[in-house]
Amino acid sequence: MAEGVRRALEFRDPRQGRELSALLGKLCADIGRAPISVMHVCGSHEQAIARFGLRASFPRALDVIMGPGCPVCVTDMPEVDEAVALARMGVKVVTYGDMLRVPGTSRSLADARAEGARVDVVYSIAQAAQMARRSDEEIVFFASGFETTAVATAAVLLSDPPANFSVLSAHKYIPPVMEIVAEMPHTRVEGFLAAGHAAAITGWGVFERFVQRHRLPVVVAGFEPLDILAGLARLLELIRDRRAVVVNAFPRCVTREGNRKAQEALWRVFRLIGGRWRGIAHVPNGNLRLRDEWARFDARRRFKIDPRALCSDAPPGLAAQCICGDIMAGIAKPSDCRLFGRQCVPDQPVGACMVSSEGGCRIWMEYGGRPELELEARR
Amino acid sequence: MCLGVPGKVIEIDGMVATVDFFGVRRPVMLDIVDEPVGPGDYVLNHVGYAIRKIPADEVQATLALYDELLRGAEREDLMAAEVQAEIAAGEKKDG
Repeated sequence: MAEGVRRALEFRDPRQGRELSALLGKLCADIGRAPISVMHVCGSHEQAIARFGLRASFPRALDVIMGPGCPVCVTDMPEVDEAVALARMGVKVVTYGDMLRVPGTSRSLADARAEGARVDVVYSIAQAAQMARRSDEEIVFFASGFETTAVATAAVLLSDPPANFSVLSAHKYIPPVMEIVAEMPHTRVEGFLAAGHAAAITGWGVFERFVQRHRLPVVVAGFEPLDILAGLARLLELIRDRRAVVVNAFPRCVTREGNRKAQEALWRVFRLIGGRWRGIAHVPNGNLRLRDEWARFDARRRFKIDPRALCSDAPPGLAAQCICGDIMAGIAKPSDCRLFGRQCVPDQPVGACMVSSEGGCRIWMEYGGRPELELEARR
Repeated sequence: MCLGVPGKVIEIDGMVATVDFFGVRRPVMLDIVDEPVGPGDYVLNHVGYAIRKIPADEVQATLALYDELLRGAEREDLMAAEVQAEIAAGEKKDG
């Protein structure tokens, strides 16, 4: 067998998987209390955990909580309202597909489009800039996503975009929200599993200050089942040994420094400001906004956006019962929500967590709800 | 969104690489990748931008997950859907 294939299979080896699961069990026994709660902050981690049925192999004492790792889900309603208001002003709004159905106060961009507004979906912001190059009309890109995605926005602005192109930034920066979760009065989180590819940009060094300040360990992990199990094992070891350090369990993708060129582009274009994350809290330094040098490409400064009209006719409806915020803060599970799987389903989502492919509710819905239930019944 | 899909660089024209993703060729921007990239190299692609050059000795290991996601994946499979969306990059021809 070719070396590469053999190594690839290593990431799936069931024997190693069982050994790692047993190790998780032993580590939980060493720690000797329950629940031991750890949080991941990445929708792709939750997808992998659900897709490969990993929850069924976790020890009962181990509670792996999904944190605010879905950028679409944490986009605040007023941010969606700004995009909807722009579209209703007659400006062409272009965005990523996941954003289309995210509810604003009274409408999503999809609703606005159904009412005649011009809203387009692209895969890459580079396509939106290209659209603007080929036209005279104003084109606004409604930009969501964490730092990994914000880097693409920065790259477009740094490559001489046309004058009729601008950006409505809803980009968010992950490290500060980890501080918020760590400081929540009733938080049970004892350690974090950080996302591998996001850390490929920022480097694992970005978590060192957090670890020192909050005395909580952070392990950077990849997305293969064994990557996740190995990452959790490292995290439990650190919890057992009361060692608050950063461990890079994904060295094949992540370095301490990260991608410096991408970081440089990011910080040349963006600055950090505080802002609300939907359902979570006001997060100091949690939002990425365009620096003053880029004001001419900032849709907020270029247009007089007035979303107030959207608020007046807002029906509270089912959205008032949505507990997305508690789910993303790790206080509740999707199945704790009375709307989950009943009024709120992927075809008719009430909250953003059911809209995005990275939303916890959507993931639990698509992969069969609560995969650990069957195992619980057998115990 | 944290997943970056691996693809093989076929040719490079300025800042734009033509990249083969499991048989589908798409343009990928090279603005933010931090190492020199040439034909034959593998890169991780995120929203149309190469975010990392994959070290040669890691290529097969990295391809494996995506290979499985594409093989026999059902439509409801979210990870597979994301990978397919990433591969479909540039579907609306952007030159």
